[in-house]
Amino acid sequence: MIGFLQNLLDALSLGSLYALAALGIGLLFGILRLVNFAHGDFITLGAYALIVPSSADIATLLIGGWTWVALVPAVVVIVVVVALVSDALIFRPLRTGSAPTLMTASFALSFIIQNGILMIYGARPKAINLWSGLSDQVQIGPLTTPKLDLVVIGVTILLMLLLTFFLKRTRYGIQMRAAAENFRMARHLGVDANFVIGLAFAISGGLAATVSLLFVSQTGTLTQTMGQPIALFAFIATVVGGMGSLVGAVVGGFAVGIIVVMLQAYLPPDLRSFRDAFAFGLIILVLVARPSGLIPTRGLAERV
Amino acid sequence: MFDNPSNVLGRLYLPCVLVVGLGVIVLLCTLLGGDQIAVSLTEMLIRLIVVVGLYMFVGNSGILSFGHIAFMGIGAYAAAWATCDPDWKSMMLTGLPLILQEHQYPFLVAVVFACLLAAAVALVFGLIILRLSGIAASISTFAFLVVINSITANWDTVTGGTSSVVNIPTVVGPWTAFVFAAIAILAAALLQTSSIGLMLRASRDDEVAAKASGIGITQLRLIAFVLSALFVGLAGALYAQFLGILTADIFYITLTFVAVTMLVVGGVGSLTGAVVGVVVITAVTETLRAGEAGFHLGSLALALPRGTQEIGLGVIMALVLIFRPSGLTGSREVPLPSGARRAGAAVLAVNAEKPRSVGPR
Repeated sequence: MIGFLQNLLDALSLGSLYALAALGIGLLFGILRLVNFAHGDFITLGAYALIVPSSADIATLLIGGWTWVALVPAVVVIVVVVALVSDALIFRPLRTGSAPTLMTASFALSFIIQNGILMIYGARPKAINLWSGLSDQVQIGPLTTPKLDLVVIGVTILLMLLLTFFLKRTRYGIQMRAAAENFRMARHLGVDANFVIGLAFAISGGLAATVSLLFVSQTGTLTQTMGQPIALFAFIATVVGGMGSLVGAVVGGFAVGIIVVMLQAYLPPDLRSFRDAFAFGLIILVLVARPSGLIPTRGLAERV
Repeated sequence: MFDNPSNVLGRLYLPCVLVVGLGVIVLLCTLLGGDQIAVSLTEMLIRLIVVVGLYMFVGNSGILSFGHIAFMGIGAYAAAWATCDPDWKSMMLTGLPLILQEHQYPFLVAVVFACLLAAAVALVFGLIILRLSGIAASISTFAFLVVINSITANWDTVTGGTSSVVNIPTVVGPWTAFVFAAIAILAAALLQTSSIGLMLRASRDDEVAAKASGIGITQLRLIAFVLSALFVGLAGALYAQFLGILTADIFYITLTFVAVTMLVVGGVGSLTGAVVGVVVITAVTETLRAGEAGFHLGSLALALPRGTQEIGLGVIMALVLIFRPSGLTGSREVPLPSGARRAGAAVLAVNAEKPRSVGPR
């Protein structure tokens, strides 16, 4: 039982990361119908922003050495700027493009960012030490867990509350939800399309930056594909949850986190290395059973 | 596939033009270029089979697939299993069935085996996912890619896992690849002008109207999916016997990106687009690769930084999407020569004048 609770805590922590990343992906999908493959690269970018740009093997902290009050906003700003620039250069000219076109464009963006990082920082993985104090173990009743897991869960809950408040209570949040529900109608009613989309990119970038900080303090390594696995799972989480539904993205994120951790814990040892195959296979089955996800959005149903 | 024999010549015009065009490129490159060019050329022709195979499904059905490179991996491993030295296999790949482990098969047998295996997997997977459409279908194909990659990267006794399969006989050169590329182009042209292809294209353009006209979309998509996987698997078999060494990571996201880029840049909706995309992108990447290796400008030795090739590819992809959303060819085929077009129009006019007494309208 205690073993199960311990696994559940791990699952919640991992699920939080997936949920945060899935929110970033789901937000853009809801409004733009953009499946953003480059979200993982936004995450990678946030982590690389911590060090001095050079191809040296040993990473020198730049922003990473600052106190967290300055560090967090700095990284968030960097990733948000990149997200906004990507929107302006690539996605704005493609506003009328079909979903596959947008998806392919984000694939191209991902390729550009990934290889840009490769060019500037070199191909070798780098070790980096961010907030090492967070890996201390704490005892909660019978469970032991690194402080970091609790921070991850806490930050996720906090960000979700903030985002919910923003979407439900503020003017721009309501405009954004209207745009996600029916973009054309929202524009006719005076919602500034480019502004709302820009805002969505900014929030998505901010969420990606948060994920990269939490993730890098967990793993302590930088590689130019580090964001990819998270984005991959997050991406699947948005689909399983119901594309375009933000609640769905969060539910999907936690669901995927739980599936992955539980498969890792309870698969027979011989099969454990095939964990991802099982996870993604399961996801295909979920999709086949419920093509529009666990929590479908009404606005997305295809009409004739 | 020949539904209307009187029109066979018209249907063969397009593949003939494409194959002859390609043949001229291959001939010029093999005559003028050295070994390095021959290697790049072979790789291009194999990628051409991949992209034409991918096009058979994507171009006709309109569903973007990110999973086809998995079929290439399956084909490649199938060929490796069939052609590697039995002594090595019985030492390293102990999980293989004995019939593969203890024998070494010739090239063509390996190719056929690879095609059939890829097609069989496609049949099973297609049965599961092809009732989905649009984005849900695309994403399932992507999940499929991850599943297959995870299996090939970890199934140590069958695929060698993270260590690689080595010493595959390398028998594929530019002309072998060219012959198979020509077959792929011909098959794709026949598929898209067959009744299956035409019905699929109708469903691509308007799914609801096609359904209402009694077109069984799922079945047709499955046929196109299996055929396209067969050719992508074929390309995998050639690739294995061209490289001589296989790791699971070859058949993953980067190659998927390259193949999709080639198809989209050329034009998803036409066979000409698929072929043009491969040739143009290869020309560009080869130039950038040469730039990365360094070149001399007068007395100056210059080299583009590492990664230029990939970034260049990404930028070109984005530019084409923005400025030519239906690809360089505009998703149109090579036009028929004007004489033939006029003759065709005359035939149509004559047919239109014939009174039609029987048959449903």
